[in-house]
Amino acid sequence: MLSAGLTVLGLSRFQFAMTTVFHYFFVPFSIGLAIVVAVMETVYAVNKDETYKKMAQFWGKIFLYSFAVGVVTGIIQEFQFGMNWSEYSRFMGDIFGAPLAIEALAAFFLESTFIGLWMFTWDRFKPGIHALFIWLVAFGSSLSAIWILAANSFMQNPVGFAINKSTGRVVMTSFGAVVSNPQLWLEFPHVLMGAGITASFVVAGASAWRLLKKDHESFYRKSMNVALIIGLIASLGSIASGDMQTRFLIKQQPMKFAAMEGLYKNSTNKGDWAVYSSFNTKQHKTTSSLEVPYVLNILSYHKLTGTVKGQNAVNKEMHATYDKKFGKDMNYYVPTKTLFWSFRLMAVSGGLFALVAIIGLFFNRKKSQMIMRQRWFLYIMGLMLWLPFLANTAGWFITEFGRYPWVVYGLLTIADAVSPTSTVTGLLFTNIVYFLLFAGLGLVMIILSHRVLKAGPDSVETNGYSTEDHNEGKVEDPYGTEAFNHD
Amino acid sequence: MTNLQFLWFLLIGVLFSGFFFLEGFDFGVGMSIKFFGKNTAERDTIIQTIGPHWDGNEVWLITAGGAMFASFPMWYASLFSGYYIVLFLILVALIFRGVSFEFRANMQTAGWRNFWEWAASIGSFCAAFLFGMMFTSMIEGVPMDKDGNIFGSFTTYVNWFSLVGGVAVTLLCLIHGLNFLQLKTMGELRDRAQKWNKVLYPILIVGEVLFVVLLYLSTDFFAKKPGSTWGILIVLVLLTLIAWWGVVKAHNWTSFIASGLSLISVVVLIFNGLFPRVMIGTNNVNSILIKNASSSPYTLHLMTIIAFSILPIVLIYFIWSYWVFYKRLKSPKAA
Repeated sequence: MLSAGLTVLGLSRFQFAMTTVFHYFFVPFSIGLAIVVAVMETVYAVNKDETYKKMAQFWGKIFLYSFAVGVVTGIIQEFQFGMNWSEYSRFMGDIFGAPLAIEALAAFFLESTFIGLWMFTWDRFKPGIHALFIWLVAFGSSLSAIWILAANSFMQNPVGFAINKSTGRVVMTSFGAVVSNPQLWLEFPHVLMGAGITASFVVAGASAWRLLKKDHESFYRKSMNVALIIGLIASLGSIASGDMQTRFLIKQQPMKFAAMEGLYKNSTNKGDWAVYSSFNTKQHKTTSSLEVPYVLNILSYHKLTGTVKGQNAVNKEMHATYDKKFGKDMNYYVPTKTLFWSFRLMAVSGGLFALVAIIGLFFNRKKSQMIMRQRWFLYIMGLMLWLPFLANTAGWFITEFGRYPWVVYGLLTIADAVSPTSTVTGLLFTNIVYFLLFAGLGLVMIILSHRVLKAGPDSVETNGYSTEDHNEGKVEDPYGTEAFNHD
Repeated sequence: MTNLQFLWFLLIGVLFSGFFFLEGFDFGVGMSIKFFGKNTAERDTIIQTIGPHWDGNEVWLITAGGAMFASFPMWYASLFSGYYIVLFLILVALIFRGVSFEFRANMQTAGWRNFWEWAASIGSFCAAFLFGMMFTSMIEGVPMDKDGNIFGSFTTYVNWFSLVGGVAVTLLCLIHGLNFLQLKTMGELRDRAQKWNKVLYPILIVGEVLFVVLLYLSTDFFAKKPGSTWGILIVLVLLTLIAWWGVVKAHNWTSFIASGLSLISVVVLIFNGLFPRVMIGTNNVNSILIKNASSSPYTLHLMTIIAFSILPIVLIYFIWSYWVFYKRLKSPKAA
């Protein structure tokens, strides 16, 4: 995948991939979990059912870990553009900086301020107001996704810009076009739905493990129910938005689409869809594959007939379009195996999520004990806890590897974007430190979440957002009115 | 230089001022977890003082970075790629301290709690020190080519001036943090914070004098803008004296505001000295100027509209969140 090896370019790409993938474990999980927790707390605010308050606090605790790791790894992302990709920053600053700054201004302030308020004011505000805080956090984090995706969408599908003749850099001509980029409004719903899936299947999966131990049955069944309802909506939405995105890709980035489907030659009118393929990427050939007729055309056009351009044909077109500016030596083939398998992993996961959500909701219906008897199903659901993270990563692999060799589609190559000041030694050092750091953070995150689950919902009030009181040894909110002595 | 370019140069300064004022006491409080707090109960209280705020305070840095990218891409690209290792270390420090508060609270063994307390303290210390070092070495001038690529050696980043600058900023943050603790705690913690600052202020004065001498020797600030440079330095010293007086007289608000404004005056000093440049080259011909470093007029115009419509709303709820937590924390009893 990252075949460039120990070069500045290869190491910079590896660093971007590593930091982004790690960061993106926590982003969708946090966005989704904020929504899940907000729903739980809203139910409490409406029904005054204490179980739902406990649920919000319990899952909220795991949310806080995820949020913390998401925040600190997010700063790396922002700094990285300048640190490793200074030529990119110079080329794209006029367009890329604006959404990034708006993201910080409109979204990060909102989420960070209200998460502080939410954490420390359980006893100080009415349930409705307090629930509003977590909704604002959820709103803020979803909003942040729009802005960063606006920037990413420009890289996928540049719109609303002109090239400055004297500097050769892009300048924004229409902010309206940048934010109404069709790519953005296909990408954002898909990301948001993916976030919903991530959080709900982690909550459902963790609940399944506890139910297997017959632990706090009512609590975890209710949690599972909330999660699966959100999970079902999100997985159906994810399939629908994914489908729309695919059909946009055929026109906008045919190379990416051809690689996702493993096509080197143009497809025939029969619409054979490969379930499995093996490739010789050097000779640009499919060596063997197992195919089902019509499926490709149904996926691509919602029809039985039609053809899809293969990579070889697209490659020729790309050379015809870009050779004048970028030279004849460009390689426009994208990493076919990565895209082909990532797409299958993502698409199959999407279907599985919807299926498991439906079955789960049926087994877990109110008056039935079915869910407790179908232990095999709880095991499946428990294991599926990890799947959203793989599916999200696969989705970004397709989006980002599929843009090769461009960093900004058709305008700037990845090779031209890297910092001229970077060194192999420096990058090697930072890559190793980041890797160790991420491994450590990931491990602590898993251990802490596991510990929260093991301790169970009853322990939440004692070591939750309010730490112990130092005078009486009894628990109280450090920011509660009674905790303050006036001057 | 257009008016909008000048406005955005000011706004970047304002954002960094906000960052140093707010995250300044966060760093100081963070450092004091291990160096100042004596036991777990005290450390709990120390962390609680910034618990609801540190994340929002850090957003000032993220916004400053994002705004710099949006308004002065050439500045952002040169500074961030040129200070690669320094910024990387800052990131590592920010990561450790950022997760430490949440992780520490949920550790079961004293050993691991201890680990995250050190992570918070050292992380805060390094972040403050490295930021100080970075901005000090930046105003000395850095070896840059005509495209703004910085090819520095070790001494570009680490030299007597930048070390003194790093220490001075660290000290300012620590003092500012202790002033914040005096504002937010009661009893023994508050008294001890006062006692510490009574000792630290004379040291800070010495540090500031040393900094001014090196500033004179290492930068062109006095040569190019003697009036304003001296003016800002006098304000800085006056603020330090006012804060010191506030500490001695236990006027907690006075000393806290004054130490925060001292940090801001350092930012003002830097931005005043930089103007009309954003990066100073060792060879002045290569310096990056405000007029050449900015985004297009269209983007600047757009960002201005957006900033001035969103920022007031942000400030309202940001200040409100401080008001919600304005009371002092109960004093901890020794465990």
